[in-house]
Amino acid sequence: MTAVGEGTAGRLRWAVADALTVAGRDVAHWRRQPAGLLATLLFPVLLMVTFVYLLGGGIPVPGGSYRDFMVPGMLALVMLFGLEGTMTAVVTDTQRGVTDRFRALPMAPSAVVTGRCLADLAASVAGLAVVALAGLAVGWRPDPGPGLLGAAALLLLLRVGFLWVGIWLGLLTRDPALVTAVQVLVWPFAFLSNVFVPVSSMPAWLGTLAEWNPVAATVTAVRELTGVPVPDGGWATGHAALLAVAWPVLLTVVFAALAVRRWQGLSR
Amino acid sequence: MTAMQTAPAAAGVRDDDAVRVRGLVKRYGGRTVVDGLDLDVRRGEVFALLGPNGAGKTTTVEVLEGVRTRDGGEVTVLGEDPARAGRAWRDRTGVVGQTTGAGNALTVRETLDHFARYHATPVPTAELLADVALAESAGTRVSRLSGGQRRRLEVALGIQGRPELLFLDEPTTGMDPVARRSFWGLVRGLRAAGTTVLLTTHYLDEAAELADRVGVLAAGRLVEVAPPAELGADLRRVATVRWTEDGAVREVVTREPAAVLRDLLAAHPAGEVPGLTVTRPDLEEVYLSLVGATATPEGEPR
Repeated sequence: MTAVGEGTAGRLRWAVADALTVAGRDVAHWRRQPAGLLATLLFPVLLMVTFVYLLGGGIPVPGGSYRDFMVPGMLALVMLFGLEGTMTAVVTDTQRGVTDRFRALPMAPSAVVTGRCLADLAASVAGLAVVALAGLAVGWRPDPGPGLLGAAALLLLLRVGFLWVGIWLGLLTRDPALVTAVQVLVWPFAFLSNVFVPVSSMPAWLGTLAEWNPVAATVTAVRELTGVPVPDGGWATGHAALLAVAWPVLLTVVFAALAVRRWQGLSR
Repeated sequence: MTAMQTAPAAAGVRDDDAVRVRGLVKRYGGRTVVDGLDLDVRRGEVFALLGPNGAGKTTTVEVLEGVRTRDGGEVTVLGEDPARAGRAWRDRTGVVGQTTGAGNALTVRETLDHFARYHATPVPTAELLADVALAESAGTRVSRLSGGQRRRLEVALGIQGRPELLFLDEPTTGMDPVARRSFWGLVRGLRAAGTTVLLTTHYLDEAAELADRVGVLAAGRLVEVAPPAELGADLRRVATVRWTEDGAVREVVTREPAAVLRDLLAAHPAGEVPGLTVTRPDLEEVYLSLVGATATPEGEPR
C-alpha cells in the first residue's frame, strides 16, 4: 500500500521478505516445541549407532570399515526422512487453516513454498551436521578437503528434490493417515538402496533396482567424494555423480510442476 | 429482487459500492453451487448473507476474497476484480477464516506479531489485543485458547491490516451464547469505525442483530435483500385466521384478515367467536419460506 513497489524488483523484494517471514514461523515453532525437532535430529543418530555397533559387524563391505561405508548412507537417509517432515508441515498447515489464511493475505504466493524450502533446508543442514558429528564420534574418517563440500552440496540437492515430493504429497491430502503411510513406505525405499548393504549382496535384478534408487546415486557419489571404497556395480554405480545431480533435478522439475498445479487447484 | 433503496441515479455512484456482483456462477464438477448471483454491498454497511448450509454462502465469499476462481459473472470488490487483484488490494481486505489453531504452540502475541509482517501498515499488536479483548491472554499458546478466544484471535488477524472490507464466514458457529454476544459487540465496533463487513451466517437472530441489510441465499441465488425488519414484507402481509366451528378448527390464510373477521363477526351476532386467533408469520417462518423449506405450525421444519 505504502512502499509496495509493483515493479519486478519490488515484487522480488517482497517475495524474499515474505519467504523469510514464512520460514521464521517454523523457526518460532521449533523454539516453542523443540521436542519434535530434537527427535528428528537424533533418530538418525540412533539408527546409525544401531547399525554400526549392533548389525554392521555382520555386513561385509569393501575396504572393511562398516562405519566409513555406513555414515555417507546415513547422511543421505536424513535427506529422505526430510520428505516426511516437509509433508507433515504442509498437511498441518492445511489442517489448521494456515494455508487458506496465507492465500488471503497480502503476500507473494511463492513465499508459502520458498519459505517452506528455506525452513526445511535449514533443518536438514542441522540434521546433516548432527549425523556428521556423531559419525566422527563413532570413528568415521572422511578425506578432508573440497570433496566434503561437494558431498554436502549433493546431499542438499537431493533434499531439494525430496522437498518437492513432500510438498506435493502434503497438498494431496489433509488426512494425517497418508503421512503415516509415507512414514512407513520410506523404509522399503531406504532398504532398496546401498545405504545399509552393498548392492552386490542382493539378487542381481534387485541390486540393479537399488543401484538406480535416487538415494543410492547420492550415497555412491558421497562415498567417492569422501574417499570411501565404492563396491563394484553396474552403469548406475559407475555414473553415480551424474545421477546424483540428474535425479534431484528430475524430481524437482516433475514434482514442482505437480505441486504448483495442485496449489492452483486449491482455488478451483 | 434487490432492495430498491438506492436511487436509480447516476451510474458513477455505483463505484462507491464495496462489492458489486453480477451473474456470478460457480460450479464444482457438474454441480452448480452459485447460480447467477447478483449482490451489492455498500461502503460502511454490515451485510449478512443468510442461508442454509449448502446454499453457496462460503463459495460466494471465497470468490469475493480472491481465493476461489469463478465460472462466470462480473465481480468487483473495492474497485478491482478479485481474480486479478494484487498485493495492495489484499491489504485493503480482511478475511476471518476458520482456523482451528490445534497444536499451535505460538502464543497469541507471537501469532499477531508474525502475521503483522505481511501487512503494509498493521495495527500495533497491543492495540489489536485490546480491541478483541485478548490482552490478558497475550502470553497464552493458541492451542490453549477457548473456542471463543480463538475466534477473537481470528478477528484480530482479519482486521490487522486495517481493511476497508472485512469478510466474516460463519463467525459465531460453535460459540456459546455469551461469546456470541461479545462477538456481536466487536462487529458493531468495527462498523462504527467505518469498516464494511460482509458476513455469512445461518443464524437468523445474528443477521437480524448485526446487519444493516440481509441477503437471503437459497440454492445459489439471492432470493431477497432487505433490512432485517423488512425481510419478507410481502410474506408478512399474509395472515392466518383461525377459529372453532362445530367442534372443528377452521383456518383461512388471507391478505385481508379484516374482511374475514368482519364476516366472522357478522356470522356470530350473539358474541364471541370460539378459539379466534389472527397470526402473522414471524421472522423465522418468513425465512424458511424464502429458502424454500415449508414452515409448518405443528413442528420444527427441517
